Amino acid sequence: MASISLNNVFKRFGSTEVLKGIDLEIEDGEFIVLVGPSGCGKSTLLNLISGLETISEGEVLIGDKRVNNVPPKDRDIALVFQSYALYPTKNVRDNITFGMQTRKVPESEQQAALSEVSEMLHIDHLLERKPGQLSGGQRQRVAMGRALVRKPEVFLFDEPLSNLDAKLRIEMRTEIKKLHQRLGKTIVYVTHDQIEAMTLASRIAVMDNGHIRQFADPTTVYEDPVDLFVASFMGSPPMNMLPGKILRDGGLFIEPAGDTSGLRFPVPGEIASRFTANEGHEVVLGLRPETIFAAGAELAGPDRFVFERPIDVIEPTGPDTMLVFTIGETEMIARVRPQDEAPVGTSFRFEVEMAKAKLFDRATGVRL
Amino acid sequence: MGRLLERWLPKLVVSPLFAVSLFFVYGFIAWTVYISFTRSGILPNYDFAGLIQYVRLWHTPRWYVALTNLFVFSILFIGVCTALGMFLAILLDQRVRAEGAIRTIFLYPMALSFIVTGTAWKWILNPGLGLEKVVHDLGFTDFRFDWLVNPHMAIYTVVIAGVWQSSGYAMALFLAGLRSVDDDILKAAAIDGAGPWRTYTRIILPNLRPVFLSVFIILAHLSIKSFDLVIALTNGGPGYATDMPATFMYSFAFQRSELGTAAASAVMMLATILAIIVPYLYSELRETNR
Amino acid sequence: MSAANSSGIVRASGAGQRFLRYLLYALLVLFCLYYLVPLYVMLTTSLKTVGEIRTGSLMALPDAPTLGAWSKAWDTACVGVRCDGLKPYFWNSVVMVVPAVLLSTLLGALNGYALTKWRFRGANIIFALMLFGAFIPFQVVLLPMARTLGLLGLAGSVFGLILVHTVYGLAFSTLFFRNFFVGVSDSIVNAAKIDGAGFFRIFFAIMMPMALPAIVVTIIWQFTQIWNDFLFGVAFTIGDSNPLTVALNNLVNTSTGVKEYNVDMAAAIIAALPTLLVYIIAGKYFVRGLAAGAVKE
Repeated sequence: MASISLNNVFKRFGSTEVLKGIDLEIEDGEFIVLVGPSGCGKSTLLNLISGLETISEGEVLIGDKRVNNVPPKDRDIALVFQSYALYPTKNVRDNITFGMQTRKVPESEQQAALSEVSEMLHIDHLLERKPGQLSGGQRQRVAMGRALVRKPEVFLFDEPLSNLDAKLRIEMRTEIKKLHQRLGKTIVYVTHDQIEAMTLASRIAVMDNGHIRQFADPTTVYEDPVDLFVASFMGSPPMNMLPGKILRDGGLFIEPAGDTSGLRFPVPGEIASRFTANEGHEVVLGLRPETIFAAGAELAGPDRFVFERPIDVIEPTGPDTMLVFTIGETEMIARVRPQDEAPVGTSFRFEVEMAKAKLFDRATGVRL
Repeated sequence: MGRLLERWLPKLVVSPLFAVSLFFVYGFIAWTVYISFTRSGILPNYDFAGLIQYVRLWHTPRWYVALTNLFVFSILFIGVCTALGMFLAILLDQRVRAEGAIRTIFLYPMALSFIVTGTAWKWILNPGLGLEKVVHDLGFTDFRFDWLVNPHMAIYTVVIAGVWQSSGYAMALFLAGLRSVDDDILKAAAIDGAGPWRTYTRIILPNLRPVFLSVFIILAHLSIKSFDLVIALTNGGPGYATDMPATFMYSFAFQRSELGTAAASAVMMLATILAIIVPYLYSELRETNR
Repeated sequence: MSAANSSGIVRASGAGQRFLRYLLYALLVLFCLYYLVPLYVMLTTSLKTVGEIRTGSLMALPDAPTLGAWSKAWDTACVGVRCDGLKPYFWNSVVMVVPAVLLSTLLGALNGYALTKWRFRGANIIFALMLFGAFIPFQVVLLPMARTLGLLGLAGSVFGLILVHTVYGLAFSTLFFRNFFVGVSDSIVNAAKIDGAGFFRIFFAIMMPMALPAIVVTIIWQFTQIWNDFLFGVAFTIGDSNPLTVALNNLVNTSTGVKEYNVDMAAAIIAALPTLLVYIIAGKYFVRGLAAGAVKE
């Protein structure tokens, strides 16, 4: 049983406050990803859970035990580091068994645990090598092996994939997810990569500036972001953020700032009904690139809106092509099928799925 | 209990070492400074007597000889070592064959004791049997080379031996500096059409500013502390013609047993080094803290 | 380190360039001679007889090389009033240098490790204050040290000298190890903490094996410094307990009868041999020690 609770946790380094009152309830067996830009406090939060940093205020519970003053080795956790932190002078075998040697685990048990883990991670042929003789992916596996032999209740991962090249990263991502499904242990995973967060997490905590902005499952975080920050952080290419004004003219419309062509986006009734803002209120219209496509390319649906704009730049990615265009002074990206592509400069008919549009208050950033 | 011990262990390990440092460095400096303000002679005397020893020091002609020598020696020693070291480093930096062997040869004197260096050069510069005789044998019978025993010139023999021993050190530092210049900068310069000369004068040398500073500090430090070399080469002579502050201090402390004056001269040496080292250390530490 | 200028940027070639290459090598050979001649003179002189030195040339090879001066320097030459050669003083130096080097290296390593990997409030100030000890002119501690050694009953003994060298070597060894450990990732220490290792286990099982290069650099540096020291030796020992450098200086300045330059030179080489050997065997680390703290790599 290894749930984790953080109650009103603060961390200060001298006069700088890195974590400003974190509350988090993690259930047993969950895969939690802490995601956010660098400096948001996610690694510090992980270090507080591991006991590598001392908490300034509040409390941390692992299971039902308050662990504020418990040193890392007694917390029943294992940590995989960004730099792997393998002991460079020890071979793979000793790297993995060092913890057991320290805890004076009997030799035979060590051996059994070692072979189990090294087979699981396919590193059994590397046991006599030194970390310097391993590739990045192999080091990563050894680092995970070192964590696995501890058989901890909680696994902590601190940006474990950020030193790998793109292909390997995807491979290891899958591997980590398989591992979680197999072991069913609680995992807290720190990353700045929102795709990792989306693919791995059972729930994502989006952090910014010492606060948790949103804590929810990946779909909710993506489809239903609480504010501008979460909306713009999750998703690649990022959500288009079009500043504009509310216009009430028989229905609810958004008039893009700086646009002189008379373009106005109709707000679907379902959103408009729970909406009280006055005419002229400054908002941001959030449109994910995949909700803008070539007119007529998708089956007709409700709340579609069509407009024309010249194409500025074409960025093919293979499965899709990104079309860059401008509304007012804002650069927008649409995700279209390759066969819908048209030459740069031509006027293009875009269709928007307004039902998936998000509206934010421009002043506060809060979702409307 | 164990946990508490674990938390205090680092401090427990450092504090006795720090205490030793405090006592043997700062305590001793304080003692010496205090003695320099007393009338101490053969035995220490702890009655405060103001600046009397400093007044005496600055009225001792031999102290002026020592200071003049230090001045002459430092300027020549630092100047020649730096110029020669830089020159050799640039020569070695030209993708030279057998670079390792040559570097070894330039640097080996650094591994020797100054006493060994002094002994060797004392023999080489020996008037009568040394270099003078070699030149005589070549046919130049009028050649005179008696610097070692000439009170006006003896200090220059210390410079010669000192440069021989330490210029390789400067070379090694400069070479390391040259090699640490970012490769991409050199490539960019080559693409921009800069020849070797321009590359050195406009790009590499300005990059070596910190190395110049380090070399200067190290050599200045060596020259202020220089003691062994003088003792071995000239023993401060002829007379006290090649006295330096370090030999002056030693002689007043252990041969003439004038503790107060010796302490005063040691404090003067410390002050000189402080004036050079403290700003340097300060800037170094500030940098590494970032 | 050897990368920068052998990086292979194509250079102009031609007659002018070839001339410059020859000039370059000529200069290098010349300077090699400059550094090697004193060693050559020492060696040849030590192999000559006194008679040959008086009549022959400084630069000439010995007519009939003899090791007489060497055995005299080692065994029978007079140092002050005692005529046992350098032998006893050589062993004095060995007995002094081994414990002093090992102690100052071990303590410096522990200190550098504690100051960088277990950072506590004031660690930087403590380091700065200790580092300062590496730069003071030792004249400023000579007098109180002499009295302290007297009070401890260590005056004039090799043990006193071991203490002195350990204490004043600590600043440099701490500097070397601090600079090394600063470059070691904190996450390795953290990983070991999670593995349940404590302060000393991390130090001995993880850090010391990693610090091998720093250990070699420090040992070589301390060995060279302590072996070559003259000031502390001459100030704190007398007669029988003199280290080799002091004995060498006394031997050279002992004026009884004819000046035997061949014996002086043999004695000087004997005194230089240990550090010279270390330099030849481990020159790379020696250079690294010289450059430590001076050039940031």
